[in-house]
Amino acid sequence: MIDLVSSVVPIVDGITPLIIDFPVERTYLESIIYVSLYVSLIAIVLSTLVSLPTAMLIGFSEFPGKGFVVALINTGMGFPSVVVGLVVLFAVSNQGPLGTFDLMFTKEAMIMSQFVLATPVITGVSLAAVSSIEDGVRDAAYAMGGTRLDVALVTIKEARYGIMTAVLAGLGRAISEVGSVLIVGGNIAGADGSSVTRTLTTAIQLEARQGRFELAMLLGVILLTLVLLINAVVLRLGGGRI
Amino acid sequence: MHRRAFLTAVAGGTTAALAGCTGGNEEGNADILGETLTLTTTTSTYDTGLLDELNIAFEDRYGVAVRTVAQGTGAALETGRAGDSDVVLVHARSLEDAFLRDGYGVNRRDLMFNDFVVVGPEEDPAGIDGMEDATEAFQAIAETESTFVSRGDNSGTHNKELEIWDEAGVEPDGQWYREAGSGMGEVLNQANQTPGYTLADRGTVISQQSTLDISTRVEGPIEDGPELLANPYGIVAVNPEVHENVNYDLAMSYIGFITSRDGQRIIADYTIEGEQLFFPEALSDDPNFQQYVPEGWTPDEA
Repeated sequence: MIDLVSSVVPIVDGITPLIIDFPVERTYLESIIYVSLYVSLIAIVLSTLVSLPTAMLIGFSEFPGKGFVVALINTGMGFPSVVVGLVVLFAVSNQGPLGTFDLMFTKEAMIMSQFVLATPVITGVSLAAVSSIEDGVRDAAYAMGGTRLDVALVTIKEARYGIMTAVLAGLGRAISEVGSVLIVGGNIAGADGSSVTRTLTTAIQLEARQGRFELAMLLGVILLTLVLLINAVVLRLGGGRI
Repeated sequence: MHRRAFLTAVAGGTTAALAGCTGGNEEGNADILGETLTLTTTTSTYDTGLLDELNIAFEDRYGVAVRTVAQGTGAALETGRAGDSDVVLVHARSLEDAFLRDGYGVNRRDLMFNDFVVVGPEEDPAGIDGMEDATEAFQAIAETESTFVSRGDNSGTHNKELEIWDEAGVEPDGQWYREAGSGMGEVLNQANQTPGYTLADRGTVISQQSTLDISTRVEGPIEDGPELLANPYGIVAVNPEVHENVNYDLAMSYIGFITSRDGQRIIADYTIEGEQLFFPEALSDDPNFQQYVPEGWTPDEA
């Protein structure tokens, strides 16, 4: 995939000469892909660890105000990423509650913001998947003497496609998001051309800002391909038919 | 950001060197290697590629890393105010002065300059081509209601644009005046596609000219245009007495380096398509003392 891109870049060079001074090299591309994956995958793993139990807990229990909680989670799916970025910015800034940890303009801060963005998505979609499992399945599991954990595992097994969709939707939200990672990460690449907090999305934003639309599009294609590959792998591992 | 670690490293290295232990010195450098300088700056210095050039030289000399966050002048100073950056490189003297007066910045230096130009379409509906007065050109644009794309993002360029409207005695509003709220490159593209006029720094225009149909209509002072279009860049360290977490030593090393003869030479030698983008201004046999204090500041104020 990267080889393909390297062979395309000279054509783009002819159109936009600035790129000659700009390190669109293999190491640069690889490092921004690495940062994108590193930040988004860690955010998604953490997010799933929180979201799944939450979805099970809400899905299995009845309590007053449940509808309101579900509505809140669904609203969270639509959080504007720039707002999330600002909130995380205030938290990690030197003046904020987490100021002592020096997290401003780091991958960790980016993971935090993507975690906040992805968690409502994964929780909401998982909740829908879990809720759609018929009560009969759970009743049967209880009837056969299953513990709460057994019942939960059975439900996850039954709802696995829905949960996979939830995780992939969360990943899609995280890896394609530009507003918050730009604010808390700062889109930093070293002078030697290796990314520190530059992701594919912030790199696209940078190229578009400078009018290098061809390169921006190219990076967009790489991002899409990457998400497609991850989807294929996850669905295959989950036993889907693709 | 880790000032104490830096000092320890320097002290360690010095002690080891005094003890005549060559290995110790390398060890000291290895500790400094972890040091990181956070620089917030404007998009024009970063997008033109100049900072990469300067930072490579600085990183080589000091064995440190520079993290450059390109934000635009307003946001870059704001990040400095919060203590989230160590040094700020911007181009809006009035905002820099406010930063100094409020106590957030210390040791401001003039760094370099280039100029702004008014770019617009070949057809030139406002008839401003070759004008020698920027305010007249702006008045003509407003009178003919020719499309003008504004940065609208509190950047240095945006502040300069507002200053010119102010001098021209025009309150820009109406359909023809569009606030883009984006960076220089995007605004040039918008102005190109509309087509319309905009105010841009010469560096970005040069670096993007090959993709643009619009071109310079009113020149800045580098090409004998009006002094009003001058675009001076300054660099300021964040005050360690206000934000004790900032890496003040490294910030001052950075300021020292880019205002040194070596640093200034890198700036002078930096060209795109054979054109020099920035003109060094830090060194002179007749130093300008106003660069250290807010404009118009007198000792009586203190």
